[in-house]
Amino acid sequence: MSLFATLCAAHMRLAWRGGQTILALSFLFIAVTLLPFGLGPELKLLRALAPGLLWVVLAISLLTTLDRLFQADFEDGTLDRLRLLPLSLEAALLAKLCGHFLVLVMPLILSVPLAGLLLNIEAARLPLLLVAMLCGAPALVLLGGIGAALAVSVRRGGLLTVLIAMPFYVPVLIFGAAASQAALSSGTAIRPYLGILAALSAAALLLAPFAIAAALRAAQD
Amino acid sequence: MAETLKFAFDHAYARDMGLQADGLACRRGGRLIFKDISFTLHAGQALRLAGVNGSGKSSLLRQLAGLLPVADGMFIHVLSPLRDMHYLGHDDGLKAALSVAETLVYECALARKEVPQALLTDLGLAASDWQYVGDLSAGQKRRLTLARLLLDPRPLWLLDEPLTALDASGRKLVEDLAEAHLARGGMIIAASHEALAFATQELRLGADA
Repeated sequence: MSLFATLCAAHMRLAWRGGQTILALSFLFIAVTLLPFGLGPELKLLRALAPGLLWVVLAISLLTTLDRLFQADFEDGTLDRLRLLPLSLEAALLAKLCGHFLVLVMPLILSVPLAGLLLNIEAARLPLLLVAMLCGAPALVLLGGIGAALAVSVRRGGLLTVLIAMPFYVPVLIFGAAASQAALSSGTAIRPYLGILAALSAAALLLAPFAIAAALRAAQD
Repeated sequence: MAETLKFAFDHAYARDMGLQADGLACRRGGRLIFKDISFTLHAGQALRLAGVNGSGKSSLLRQLAGLLPVADGMFIHVLSPLRDMHYLGHDDGLKAALSVAETLVYECALARKEVPQALLTDLGLAASDWQYVGDLSAGQKRRLTLARLLLDPRPLWLLDEPLTALDASGRKLVEDLAEAHLARGGMIIAASHEALAFATQELRLGADA
């Protein structure tokens, strides 16, 4: 097994044992269940608002998983070890983020269609919605990772992570909601939106590991 | 010395290795911790860093490991810093949610080695391989970190307080490992408040009382 895969698998195991998957999933479903109480039981209204709401709920439940993403490693000396591996810190952190994505974020994305049913979205439209989320979610994780890395030396940096990451989430949410809107209404082309979401994720994949590694190195100096 | 250890060292390092530090300085948070630190270390030698709390022993080790920037001065390595060095710091980088056996598998994967059966016995952890690292005592965790030194033979060991939390047999274990390492041409730089039997040189940091 390559070093990258080893690190990814190790983080997946630790993230799974931390039990955060269930917490984040519960958070997502509680938020979606609460929405109709706040907005009223108007089915048409719910359906119209659903795309935007689902993205915001996904982004916020994803942010809850990013709390302490790097903090434990920063405090217990694991970060030192990652810096001393015969693998660049950027690659090691990307491995960690991949593990995080697979264990904590994938279950969230996969459960969004189910949450969509609660908001009266037609079942036939759900696969397209899922595709839109899969295109955009990597960007959310990677950008959130930058926030988590910048807040790493703050003892209770969870809220700070959210504050740093939120502005970066705006473009993803705009195009994500537009893509979902297109997915739910026939007639609007969805592919341009998917393309932009995928491009945002690709750009984040390219740049975020460097930003995260630089932030963590700076925190240690 | 190390004949009692079943997990044998079967490697030797090049005899012409060395490490030279020249006029090193360290700055942390705007304060100058130390300056003008120079030393030379050859194959088979061990350097003990002594000094009061806050005199920069750990910082010097971190500089050597490349984890802290060097404010002034330079190192001359005859080895590449990453590949040829082990750094065991204060923070052990062990994960509480993994068992001892799982930790060992993980360490072996990082070192790209098969899992050696005798290793836990040598480290005195054979009886607790199913325990979670979070449930181990400080000394047992220390013993577990020693596995890194053995799994992946690297010529330079940077040890921060290698004897803390260890009992008599643990100290003996560290000393045996260190002596076996030096006998094979390895080098050790260890920060310690206590005398180290294997140290061949001593460097005192900070103001002397």
